[in-house]
Amino acid sequence: MTLSNTPKSKNKAFKLLNAAMLTTAFSLSALLGGCATTSTTYKASGDLGTIIERADGAVTIVNTTARTIEGRIEGLGDLSHASIVYSRDEQFAYVFGRDGGLTKVDILNQNIAKRVLQSGNSIGGAISQDGKLVAVSNYTPGGVKVFDAETLELVADIPAFYTDENGEQKQSKTVGLVDAPGQRFVFSLFEGNETWIADFSNDEGGLVTKPKITKLSNVGKQPYDALISPDGRYYIAGLFGEDGLALVDLWHPEKGAKRILPNYGKGEQRLPVYKMPHLEGWAVAGNLAFVPAVGRHEVLVIDMTSWQQVGQIPVYGQPVFVMSRPDGREIWVNFAFPKNDTLQVIDAESFDIQKTLKPGKAVLHMEFTPRGEEVWVSVRDEDTVRVLNTTTYKEITSLKALKPSGIFFTSRAHQIGL
Amino acid sequence: MSKNTTSRKLAIQIAIAIAIIVLAVIAKKSVADESAGTISTERAEQLTHMLRHDCGSCHGMTLKGGLGPSLLPEQFKDKNIEYLKLTILHGRNGTAMPPWNAIISEDDAHWLAEFLLSGRINELNK
Repeated sequence: MTLSNTPKSKNKAFKLLNAAMLTTAFSLSALLGGCATTSTTYKASGDLGTIIERADGAVTIVNTTARTIEGRIEGLGDLSHASIVYSRDEQFAYVFGRDGGLTKVDILNQNIAKRVLQSGNSIGGAISQDGKLVAVSNYTPGGVKVFDAETLELVADIPAFYTDENGEQKQSKTVGLVDAPGQRFVFSLFEGNETWIADFSNDEGGLVTKPKITKLSNVGKQPYDALISPDGRYYIAGLFGEDGLALVDLWHPEKGAKRILPNYGKGEQRLPVYKMPHLEGWAVAGNLAFVPAVGRHEVLVIDMTSWQQVGQIPVYGQPVFVMSRPDGREIWVNFAFPKNDTLQVIDAESFDIQKTLKPGKAVLHMEFTPRGEEVWVSVRDEDTVRVLNTTTYKEITSLKALKPSGIFFTSRAHQIGL
Repeated sequence: MSKNTTSRKLAIQIAIAIAIIVLAVIAKKSVADESAGTISTERAEQLTHMLRHDCGSCHGMTLKGGLGPSLLPEQFKDKNIEYLKLTILHGRNGTAMPPWNAIISEDDAHWLAEFLLSGRINELNK
C-alpha cells in the first residue's frame, strides 16, 4: 500500500494501525487471561428505546436510564404514521413506515439490518408470540403481509377481501393489527366491517405458512383501530362509523364479536374528528378500561366484568391516546388538533382530572418508562421530547428530535399486543 | 291599462333582472379574486404546515393517501376549486372527512384548494 497525503487514506492508515494495536492488545489479554474468548460482545438493551422523527424518515435511539440520545438511523422512508415493535432479544426494532417500508433496525450496532418495501401504503405491524413472524397491516393494497422476522422474506400474504353492499368483492384497508397468544394475529377491515384472526400455529407447536383464518363479520361500522388486553384474551375495536366498540373474546372466537357501549352518545351531535383516536395498549386500572370517545371531549370508562359503561370523564379535547401509567393509578391523555398542546392526567380511582399540563405545540405521543416513574412526551412542533417525572409532573430534561412522533421503549418486547 | 304600458313594464323588469344578474356575477368575481389574494404569507405557511401534518395524519404527510385518499394533483383531474373548497369546509358525509370550517375560513379553503390543484405539493415533497 502506498500512502498519499489525502486525509481519507490517512484516516485509513490510522484505522489499520489502530486495528493492529487492538489485535495485539486482544492477543495479549487472551494470553494473560489464559482462557478462550469469543468474539461476541453483549451489550444491554433493556433500557433503550426509539423515537420516530416523522419528517426526516429517521429513528433516534435513546437510553431511558441516562436519558440520552445514543444514535440516529436515517433512510427509513416516509414515517408520517410509523410504529415499532421489538424482537424479543430487544436488539432489533421493526419499523413500519407509511410508504410500505418495513425496516429491521439493529439498535445495538446502530445500523439497518434489513429493509423491504412491502406495499404501497401501510399503517402498522405486530410481532408473533414466538418472535419469529412480523406482520404488517396495509392500506394499499389492503390486507396483511407476514414476514420471517429473521430475513424479512414473505411468509404469507392475506389480502383482505370483503363483499360490499352491491355484492362486489373489494379489498379493504386493514387496521388494529395485534399479536395474540397461540401464534395468532388479529386485525380488522375498515371498509369491510370485519375482524379476522389468522392462526399460524400447527399441532406440533411450530408455525405454518398458510394460516387458518377465522372471519368475524358485521362487527360494527368502520373499525378504525383496536387493542388487546394485556393477557391477550380480549380484542376491542373502536368504531368510527357508529357509536360503540366491538369486543372479541379470543378464548371464544366462535361466539363472534359483541357490540359494547352501543348507545353511547345517542342523539348527540358528534364534533368534527380532526384526528382519529388511537387505541394502543390498554388503559386498565383494576376492572376498568379507559378508552377515547370518538368526536367527543370525553374518556369512557368500561367495567370489564359486565362490559357496561360506568363513567364518562369530561376532558380538555378529543382524546387521541388514553394510556395508563404502568401501575394503573393514573390515566394520561393527549388530544387531537387543534387542542394538541395539552396533556391531562386522570385519577383512575376518582375519575378526577389530577393535572393539566402544557408540554408544547403538537403533543403526539407519550411513553412510560417500564415501571412508570417517568414519561417521555413528544412535542412535534417544538422538535422536542420532554421527560417528565410522573409523581411531581415536573420536567426532568428534554431532548432534541426533529418532528418527533411515536416513542417506543424496548420493554414492549415482552408485552402481548405491543 | 294599455298594451303598450304592459310591454314597457315588462321590458323594464327584464332590464332590472339582467342588471341584477350582471352585478351579481361581477360581485362574485371580485369576491373570488379578492379571496384568492387575501391570505397573508404567514397564514400560507401555517396552512402548508397544517396540510402536511394535520391533513397528513389521514392523507399521509406527503399527501399520497392513508386512511383518507391521496390528495396529489392526479387525483383531481375532474375536480374544480369549488368542489375541493366545499369538501374542506363541510367535510364529506359517510366518510371520515370532517368539516374544517371551525378552523379554516373560506379564503383559507380557497387557497388550499388552489394549492392542491396547482401541483405545488410535489415541490414541497421534494
